[in-house]
Amino acid sequence: MLYAVLCYHDEDVVGCWSKAEDDAVMARLSVVHGKLASEGRLGPVARLLPTTAATTLRKDSDPPLVLDGPFAETKEQLLGFYLIECASLDAAIEAARDLARANPGGAYEIRPVERFFPDSRPAAGASEGGEPA
Amino acid sequence: MSEAAGITAAWIEAALASARPRAVAALLRHFRDLDLAEEAVQEACLRALAHWPKNGPPRDPAAWLVFVGRNVAIDHTRRQKRLAPLPDEAVLSDLGDAEAGIAERLDDAGYRDDILRLLFVCCHPELPGTQQIALALRIVSGLSVRQIARAFLVSEAAMEQRITRAKAKIAKADVPFEAPGPVERAERLAAVAAMVYLVFNEGYSVSHETAEARGRLAEEAIRLGRLLLRLFPAEPEVMGLLALMLLSHARAPARFDADGAVVLLDAQDRSRWNAAMIGEGLALIDKAVRHRRPGPYLVQAAISALHARARRPEDTDWAEIDLLYSTLERLAPSPVVTLNRAVAVSKLRGPAEALAMIEPLADRLSGYFHFHGLRGALLSELGRADEAAEAYCRAIALANSPAEAQHIRAHLDRLQAEAAARDGARR
Repeated sequence: MLYAVLCYHDEDVVGCWSKAEDDAVMARLSVVHGKLASEGRLGPVARLLPTTAATTLRKDSDPPLVLDGPFAETKEQLLGFYLIECASLDAAIEAARDLARANPGGAYEIRPVERFFPDSRPAAGASEGGEPA
Repeated sequence: MSEAAGITAAWIEAALASARPRAVAALLRHFRDLDLAEEAVQEACLRALAHWPKNGPPRDPAAWLVFVGRNVAIDHTRRQKRLAPLPDEAVLSDLGDAEAGIAERLDDAGYRDDILRLLFVCCHPELPGTQQIALALRIVSGLSVRQIARAFLVSEAAMEQRITRAKAKIAKADVPFEAPGPVERAERLAAVAAMVYLVFNEGYSVSHETAEARGRLAEEAIRLGRLLLRLFPAEPEVMGLLALMLLSHARAPARFDADGAVVLLDAQDRSRWNAAMIGEGLALIDKAVRHRRPGPYLVQAAISALHARARRPEDTDWAEIDLLYSTLERLAPSPVVTLNRAVAVSKLRGPAEALAMIEPLADRLSGYFHFHGLRGALLSELGRADEAAEAYCRAIALANSPAEAQHIRAHLDRLQAEAAARDGARR
């Protein structure tokens, strides 16, 4: 079974870390990443930019509504995510609109990725589980 | 990530720094007294340092500070006997519901206006810019007087006096406590954005020796920018301001060489630029542009982005930069904007046209280092060596730091060496 581990933290606090502290955390994490990767178990890892860089597509209205800022409701739950290469925010919103047409209701939060570590599993790409909702 | 690291001093420091603006802002609204609110938060922070390592971190550090700070302030003002005494924070079992309830009543709904008011108080029009920045750094960011003094390169006593004077002015001035209307809110936001940018510029160090102490100011300004954007997530100028600061600060690691000499944009090692900050800045510009209401911060950010996007200096899109500067001249006309535009014009259409553009600015920019520096460079490119040397000399006299003077002196030396070589050849 492939598991997603979703990282939550107070971004105000993380934003107050000094560069040295941030580097130290990333160094500690990379030790764990290295262990998982050497066992052939680590999939792609992403560190996201702050929520201030986010845009949200509310797809419970037709046409969907583009809003500045992160997804902030609590009545919906996180059910899946995509990583899509996009030349611009407009291209990302366009991709999300296509997805929304296929799957209306709820919302997509569109957040740029700060740092990306590609899949390090040996037979990466082998299908696991279904399509995210 | 904090669970793994446990509750360390660094964790507490970051938690207090991030909770501080909300706590001071809520207590300012409650007590309507800046000094009292600040002292109360200060004392609450001290108690946090004593309590948190023993009792574990609170769920909501800001609510904890508001709660404890309120207790402290009420102790200070016991004469207002009608205020009911509150439970001592030491007897609160797990810092749970009692504290959350009170904090909620203190700062629900008005949270955004609270923070805006706090920032707005710090940039009161009666305060000169330097006092505004000092006050914001002391009260909102919670920097010590010593840290601020170091950043401003003045003595601690002088900085203490500057902050005390600013506070005295605020105490006498009218501080608006009613919730602002939309127009007033927009005005406050503009004033606060300008103050945040002042803090940032103060942190843009002109010399290597002071880069560390002043870099702290740039980081604080970026933090304030993020705070503002979270409060006003759909304001393109706030996105522009934050993007501008991120893109400029991203270049900080490449601005000085190993000997501490200034490295200009063209000569910087671009691999040393902070990629995460650039990514965030570009993402914010993308967001802001969708609003189709370009303001001065966004346009400046877009100019900075064109430099950030160029892998090598020769890849820079000078035509687009020229266009953006002409937009900026329209939105926020100033001789300095025209001066900057002339740099783009010189790259696009040569030094003669750029020189013609800046000559009319001579009256207004005669005391400005960069005017004479650019003028010298353009004259030198045009082969007018004597005039160039004269312009460089004036620039050196007006330099803001030894590093700046050193940089121009290198140009002057090269000019003089070339002249000597020519004379030698003629003989």
